[in-house]
Amino acid sequence: MKLFEYMGKKLFKKFDIAVPKGEVFFSGEGIEQFTARLGDVVVKSQVLSGGRGKAGGIKFASTPGEAREAAEELLRSEVKGCPVKAVLVEEKLPIDRELYLAVTVDGALKRPVVIASADGGVDIEALPEDKIVKIPVDVHIGVQPHLGRETARQLSLAGDYLKQFTDVLVKLYRLFRSYDCELVEINPLAISNGKFIAVDAKVTVDDEAAFRYPADLPAVDERTEREKRAHELGISYVELCGDIAVMANGAGITMATLDIINHYGGTPRNFMDAGGGAGTEATARALEILLSTRPKVILANIFGGITRCDEVANAFVQVKEKLGISVPLVIRLMGTNEKEGVRILQRQNIESFRTVQEAVAKAVELAAGREGSGI
Amino acid sequence: MAVIINENTRVLVQGITGRQGSFHTKQMLDYGTRVVAGVTPGRGGQRVHGVPVYDTVAEAVSNHDINASIMFIPAAGVKDAALEAMVAGIKTVVIITEHVPLHDELDIMAYAEKTSTTIIGPNTFGIISPGRSKMGIMPNGIYKPGPVGLVARSGTLSYEIAFNLTGAGLGQSTVIGLGGDRVVGMSFTAVLPMFEEDPDTKAVVLVGEIGGSAEEEAAKFIAGMTKPVVAFIAGSSAPPGKRMGHAGAIIERGRGTFESKIEALTSAGAKVASLPWEVPDLVKGVLSRGN
Repeated sequence: MKLFEYMGKKLFKKFDIAVPKGEVFFSGEGIEQFTARLGDVVVKSQVLSGGRGKAGGIKFASTPGEAREAAEELLRSEVKGCPVKAVLVEEKLPIDRELYLAVTVDGALKRPVVIASADGGVDIEALPEDKIVKIPVDVHIGVQPHLGRETARQLSLAGDYLKQFTDVLVKLYRLFRSYDCELVEINPLAISNGKFIAVDAKVTVDDEAAFRYPADLPAVDERTEREKRAHELGISYVELCGDIAVMANGAGITMATLDIINHYGGTPRNFMDAGGGAGTEATARALEILLSTRPKVILANIFGGITRCDEVANAFVQVKEKLGISVPLVIRLMGTNEKEGVRILQRQNIESFRTVQEAVAKAVELAAGREGSGI
Repeated sequence: MAVIINENTRVLVQGITGRQGSFHTKQMLDYGTRVVAGVTPGRGGQRVHGVPVYDTVAEAVSNHDINASIMFIPAAGVKDAALEAMVAGIKTVVIITEHVPLHDELDIMAYAEKTSTTIIGPNTFGIISPGRSKMGIMPNGIYKPGPVGLVARSGTLSYEIAFNLTGAGLGQSTVIGLGGDRVVGMSFTAVLPMFEEDPDTKAVVLVGEIGGSAEEEAAKFIAGMTKPVVAFIAGSSAPPGKRMGHAGAIIERGRGTFESKIEALTSAGAKVASLPWEVPDLVKGVLSRGN
């Protein structure tokens, strides 16, 4: 889960990392009073996509009236397709230098990694490799001050700057570990009047660990209603634009199923990995989500491992009996408890296939309207 | 021979009394896996399908000669269970569970590195050396012993391919699921040298997917291998920026694309299948050339 900048900065404050004086607003109300004491301010739209400055999502103001106007304008606008629901109003600081600092996870190294650059304020992806310092972290040791000093030295920071930088990195790593973060990023990490200050904040928290902070973390949700419902069921679901609704178990097989649909000239309506071990209830709810997208065909590609074919078959029967399914169903069933599953479907006159070729070819054919409705 | 597990692997099941643990213990026993003990805290003294249950791993290893553990533990308890297995000296640990927190995975892998433990998963179907032993949740009927080493990021997709191989008369030496998470114990580059060394393996099938750089890293090793490699990559139709189920399966900022993986593998000399069921014919082709 990506957090909005203002939420990230709240966490920074909690870990004693300096941020500009600022406040979040959801309307123009109160902005004039807040900015009266601040002088020049920056008004920043709170959206999750990067490059919001270039997209017009950041405005500057010199008077309280201007600040309120800028905020109201942003709150009426969209940045990269996302409506702006909040703005962060902050003091505008004189900036001597901009650096980049982040802690994230390197999957290949299986370790956290500190990423830093003396050239911050730009997209880190745009920087050449030799401008970026990467230092893997042993989680048993963590980021001790010596690692911060070494990172600072490699960025050619000296004297008091070396100490201040080290202090920020140690605290940032503490935040990274304390809240199960996938990424904590400060870009730019500015030097203003000789002091290090986090001008932006990007924090991504691992969804799988959210159960540890039931009250602490805000909920940020830019998903569709269906995607939310799927998430509650423990299903990964992504909406696409085609007409064949797809359910499979396992991310790889789901992806391959979409590839094969494309290969046969069809178009998938969605990616849905119903997960390993989904029982009858969960599968039935997943099927209801697919039905609600009004596809031309529903294709289930089930290769049972931890998932049991009979439980999946029972789910289809349950939904058929409860809701009545008007859309043709194409089911591929193989693996654990396959025979029982096929028998259950047969009793309801639902045809099943043993190979994915047959099933996908049939689904594409049905979607193209070459055949009448299945059930 | 096979790799990592064989007929001499003596298995502990952590979480043996749970729904999944009990079901798959039965499946593993039916397959011939030597499941010698199980652990569920608070259930010591019971038996599951005849297998004795202990309260702790330490107690299990003091009563049995155990050299591998498979765990069916809810995500929140995986870190503790995996560390418990490693502290007890078990050197092969298979973690089936999905949704394990990323930082727990970091902690597990750091200790595994220090103790030279082989971790398979999390979020994997496990490992099987057909005809010898299986530690995992894969269906029993789709494999047979033979010359193909199969390594995959995804479970069900590997079932599909193993099923097609077996149907074409091509058995497998060992089939390994790396797991779909961003941080997992084994990578393609850890498994490929094992297959290269294994006398039972004559050809390798690599099943990858979009996202990350594991397939590109693998290609560097494949270029120097004596054994032929056939590959299939899932995700040719995936739109950029959308996370396709697995944490790692996302094309970000133009990296981890289908094209980049196909290009790297092809240049390294691997034969790349464009559809999963093309794999057996390509394997037959590389085997008949006597590589």
